[in-house]
Amino acid sequence: MLDLGLEVLSKGNNMLRLLGGLWVALKISLLSVGISIALGILLGALMTWKNPVTKAILRVYLEFIRIMPQLVLLFLVYFGTTKAFGWDLTGEMAAIIVFVLWGTAEMSDLVRGALISIPRHQYESSEALGLTREQIYFYIIIPQALRRLIPLSINLITRMIKTTSLILMIGVVEILKVAQQIIEANRMSSPNAAFGIYLTVFILYFIACWPISMIAKHLERKWR
Amino acid sequence: MAEPILALKNVTKHFGENTVLDDIDLSVHQGEVIVIVGPSGCGKSTLLRCVNALEPIQGGEIYLNDEKIDIKSKKLANLRQKIGMVFQSYELFPHLTVLENIVLAPTKVQKRKKEEVQQEALALLGRVGLLGKEGSYARQLSGGQKQRVAIVRALCMHPEILLFDEVTAALDPEMVREVLDVMLNLAAQGRTMIIVTHEMQFAKAVADRIIFLDGGKVLEDTKPEVFFEAPKTERARQFLSMFEFNVVKSQVEKVSS
Repeated sequence: MLDLGLEVLSKGNNMLRLLGGLWVALKISLLSVGISIALGILLGALMTWKNPVTKAILRVYLEFIRIMPQLVLLFLVYFGTTKAFGWDLTGEMAAIIVFVLWGTAEMSDLVRGALISIPRHQYESSEALGLTREQIYFYIIIPQALRRLIPLSINLITRMIKTTSLILMIGVVEILKVAQQIIEANRMSSPNAAFGIYLTVFILYFIACWPISMIAKHLERKWR
Repeated sequence: MAEPILALKNVTKHFGENTVLDDIDLSVHQGEVIVIVGPSGCGKSTLLRCVNALEPIQGGEIYLNDEKIDIKSKKLANLRQKIGMVFQSYELFPHLTVLENIVLAPTKVQKRKKEEVQQEALALLGRVGLLGKEGSYARQLSGGQKQRVAIVRALCMHPEILLFDEVTAALDPEMVREVLDVMLNLAAQGRTMIIVTHEMQFAKAVADRIIFLDGGKVLEDTKPEVFFEAPKTERARQFLSMFEFNVVKSQVEKVSS
């Protein structure tokens, strides 16, 4: 039989270590997602304001974050701030900061898009029915904006989970790093472990992200 | 004559440099059906929108039962409940069912009991031939059905006056009739209505008074018989002639024979 090196998984607590690594990745991404959604909604709502100064500042922030590769941002926050300001950030902390900066920027743009996509007539016909400003937002605008937002933001969440694989570059021991360690340690006894272990990592990422995109698909169909 | 329900006094409206409504005086009495006609861009839709304070006015006053309609007033939402408006593009709320669309404002704005409003809504849906559609969403309805729901939604607020802003303009011809029939019924019930429309036959049938608006001014304010048979102004004659077609076929035949 083809040797995929899968037996390495059952050695010691290797599988548990991989799952632990997955948990680190998920913990960082879910924490960042939570904070990003809250801040993103706030900034997104601010972006629909007519104030040109707030608009310009938020625009620059969004473009800056979008253009920067996430890895560069990670290096900038992890290594750069240590040198420049003497901050002693842990790798996880630096990762969360970068992911929140990134997630907030993308989320705010999604929120802005969802809010401005509600036609002006929806406001007018609600006004004509005598609804107050608060009622219009609560019963008409926000429910419609959320329906447009959820599939898009779920896409962002899965992207954030996947991108956590970069944080091994700043020394965080997440799933990919654990995988590398296991492969290194078994280089002599199971030279084929690379395939089996990375395959397992792939499957674990899939198991983590697939249900989330299924939810998105389901909601999209339901709210079409 | 009794006091008017709605009175516009010297209403003036500008969009930038453009004067869209120029010194409009208009009073509407209980039970009257007023049809506003005029060429595109003459200000007829804007006039309706000003009545409902969807557009600010730059001069003059609008009164509903002696209460001034002021876009900045705290009581505006209160006044708007008494004015039902139906738009050209239906504007149902897409995330709510037909019944939820109708019941939302009466329960949230007027704080009426849900069961009572739902019963009324179902009765009204029955009257416009839409019983059984209460659980549907707007995207599942035809244009004519959506517009009838929008009319029921306005009616369920028990408005004192109804405004119709070109409500059949976006509809396919076979659906125009079903909506106009609903409006004719409302007129027969003695509802007070202001209707902006391009359907001249309908205007002739439903109107107590025709207002001809051009360039933001009321050029004619008269009975439909008078307006359609013997308009006073040259502009109105020109406007009405656009709805007539001379028979060209026989002339072509004559030339060819």
